[in-house]
Amino acid sequence: MSKLSRAIVAPIALISTAVFSEYGLNMTEGVTSISHDIYDLHMMVFWVCVVIATIVFGAMFYSVFAHRKSKGAVAAQFHESTKAEILWTLIPVVILVGMAIPASKTLIDLEDTSKAEMTIKITGHQWKWQYDYPKEGISFISNLAKTSKDSVATDVDNLNKESYKTGALKVDNYLLEVDKRMVLPVDTSIRFLITSNDVIHNWWIPAFGVKQDANPGFINDAWAKVDKIGTYRGQCAELCGKDHGFMPIVVDVVSKKDYAKWVAKEQAASAAAAASATQVWSKSDLMSKGKSVYESNCAGCHKIDGSGIPPIFPAMKNSVIANGIAAEHIKIVLHGEGGMPTFKMLGDTDLASVITYERNAFGNTGSVVQPSDIKSAR
Amino acid sequence: MTTATTSHDDHHHGPEKGLMRWVKTTNHKDIGTLYLWFAFTMLLIGGALAMGIRMELLQPGLQLMEPHFFNQLTTMHGLIMVFGAIMPAFVGLGNWLIPMMVGAPDMALPRMNNWSFWILPFAGAILLSTFFMEGGAPAFGWTFYAPLSTTFAPDSTDFFIFAIHLLGFSSIMGAINIIATVLNMRAPAMKLMDMPLFVWTWLITSFLLIGAMPVLAGAVTMMLTDRNFGTAFFDATGGGDPVMFQHIFWFFGHPEVYIMILPAFGVVSHIIPTFARKPLFGYSSMVYATASIAFLSYIVWAHHMFLTGMPVAGELYFMYATMLIAVPTGVKVFNWIATMWRGSMTFETPMLWAVSFVFLFTIGGFSGLMLGIAPADIQYHDTYFVVAHFHYVLVTGALWSIIAATFYWLPKWTGKMYNEGLAKVHFWWAVISVNVLFFPQHFLGLAGMPRRIPDYSLQFADFNMISSIGGFAFGASFILFTYIIVDCIRNGKPATARPWEGAKGLEWTLAPKAQYHSFNTPPSKELIKSESQHS
Repeated sequence: MSKLSRAIVAPIALISTAVFSEYGLNMTEGVTSISHDIYDLHMMVFWVCVVIATIVFGAMFYSVFAHRKSKGAVAAQFHESTKAEILWTLIPVVILVGMAIPASKTLIDLEDTSKAEMTIKITGHQWKWQYDYPKEGISFISNLAKTSKDSVATDVDNLNKESYKTGALKVDNYLLEVDKRMVLPVDTSIRFLITSNDVIHNWWIPAFGVKQDANPGFINDAWAKVDKIGTYRGQCAELCGKDHGFMPIVVDVVSKKDYAKWVAKEQAASAAAAASATQVWSKSDLMSKGKSVYESNCAGCHKIDGSGIPPIFPAMKNSVIANGIAAEHIKIVLHGEGGMPTFKMLGDTDLASVITYERNAFGNTGSVVQPSDIKSAR
Repeated sequence: MTTATTSHDDHHHGPEKGLMRWVKTTNHKDIGTLYLWFAFTMLLIGGALAMGIRMELLQPGLQLMEPHFFNQLTTMHGLIMVFGAIMPAFVGLGNWLIPMMVGAPDMALPRMNNWSFWILPFAGAILLSTFFMEGGAPAFGWTFYAPLSTTFAPDSTDFFIFAIHLLGFSSIMGAINIIATVLNMRAPAMKLMDMPLFVWTWLITSFLLIGAMPVLAGAVTMMLTDRNFGTAFFDATGGGDPVMFQHIFWFFGHPEVYIMILPAFGVVSHIIPTFARKPLFGYSSMVYATASIAFLSYIVWAHHMFLTGMPVAGELYFMYATMLIAVPTGVKVFNWIATMWRGSMTFETPMLWAVSFVFLFTIGGFSGLMLGIAPADIQYHDTYFVVAHFHYVLVTGALWSIIAATFYWLPKWTGKMYNEGLAKVHFWWAVISVNVLFFPQHFLGLAGMPRRIPDYSLQFADFNMISSIGGFAFGASFILFTYIIVDCIRNGKPATARPWEGAKGLEWTLAPKAQYHSFNTPPSKELIKSESQHS
């Protein structure tokens, strides 16, 4: 929808609450029973506030206009009424109890994850999400899509380039697209186990009514049963460092049949990846694969050109580690060190290629690392 | 002052000349002035950072800065406004007004008073200097959640910790001083329930400060040892818990919210009766409501943490306790409106700010009630809805009352009148632009825009642009504000001792420009009664 037509429609949208959500003025009703309950609670409290505001501000503005000295008002001298004080203490209490009852019901319901039919583990990383389907044996990382990444100047050198200034406008779902989406079956109760690998993140899909902190070292849970096939988008909702604004969440909710197909395809792909890890790779293959792994996982901090942002994010270029003993390099990437998180969730081939890339790109002269080296170092 | 409080002492106690007057001063008015100018300077610095934030958010895409620098701006904006602007401004108002209002010559502990002010510029300078350090300023939000603020933070964080410690010392000493002044220096004829509401609200605020600031000091000390000495308070790999940081922080943080708003309630409770020419309605219920809010503020902290994975029983408790706060807060609003009701009102500048405070603060109160509903908070949490909420209570609440107080008592501070016409222009400019700035942020939050992001997807573009334009206009209004204040000090027409027709209070019995020592002999019972705003 164009800006102009939006500006025309926006005032009309004020008329009905159903239209509200379409133009981004109100909370989404969502596609789960929880998100519906939350929406209803939100609207109830909102309308209660509107009624109270009308009465209270009505009285105040009536007084402001009527009881003016310029209109000859003479000040009354009353200044106490125990009756009034008791009345305007008790009435709010009654209203609050009326709100607390449905709120408690919804809260107890949304915290009960016991009826789940399947479980997905979600791990936050600086600045991407990892999704594990433990029963299906599927595990993958979900990064900000390249289309968005290429059109946002997260690098200060690019800030003034013309293409970046207008780049955002040319991308579909700018900042709300990922390179690999989470896939869920429709009409299925799903339990999300949410944790983090480094700092606190927060996994939020507004349409699901699910928003839960991902705490390092602890596991939180939430659940959703999506009743409508579609694509749903969200973002990390807890400040998690530099690229907090650039770790979106995209979920495809598909039919149960399509979900089964997707699972089979993913399982075949991970079997192929496991097989490739047993082979010996050529340096040029490692370098070309390593470049893309580097750009989606490492460049956020260490920069595309390996210059880093010292002293927080060390440079790769001329790095002692990247030019030194391979075992030390592998150890840091696998287990992290200080502000550097662990990357053990990546496959052996990905790790071997990215470490080889780091050791041989940017003018570095380190050794080549094979998937088998990673396997034995784990 | 124990033996000879006779009048011939007075002329020995004028201010010293030159710069050393301000360095060495132990006078409550001088120190109040220092606090207010310091707070105003920090307000302008914090405001400049906010302009940077709004400029980056004017359009989608990153135009001006890297995300890391954006995070530094949001973090430092919050810290500077909370610890550098709002809190010192209220201590400044307390310093200026409390001795005058309780019929005392000065604060009870004048040398400590000097020290608690002079810590501030150093703490502020340390905090600001982090911008120029390697790795930049703190970039983890003003709530500095671990482990982003410990394991993953820039080196400058240790300077930030030291600055917080200093600011905490200053606040605690200020609070002790106010308690000692109110309880020991009050005119003998003034009973507690004769005290003006600004004195009451500050007395209660002082107890909040003494209770809350040491907890903050504990939190940053644990951060310091986690960062430098190998402890693991907030690190799960060492047996700690990052969520414990949030419990400790918000055990400070929620009382802190009321530290910034209770004195504002006090200010408004002076201005509305004056311009309604009517006694304050429900004085004793105002006192009890303030005390109940203060008590409740200590037992609701985890409503900032509904998404951290608390047990459901904990969430229910914190939701109920939070909703209860609406009751005493409502009582206050009803009392203000009952004070206006059937008054004989005029709308000089202080009254305009006070009435708009009641209106806009209450909007912030409504969104606060919505946020308190735990299930709904799932959708509001960490979005622009929260940003809109706390700016309505802190800008159009706390800051509004500070500006209202400035116009209301400026004649007593300077002995001169400000330009009423210009001040009204400034009011309408500020009140319109602040709503253009913050009201659309409610919509942004409900539509799903997270807070603390430097760039956003396109459906948020329109409201962000409106908000930014409002922000620039609101920022510019402070240029006019500065001019009005400086113009009043330099060229203002002489004020009378009681420039407002309906004003009551001991401060108005002093000279047009209040004398250097407020009351060398305590005011009589009759004077206290006749100057009471509530009988």
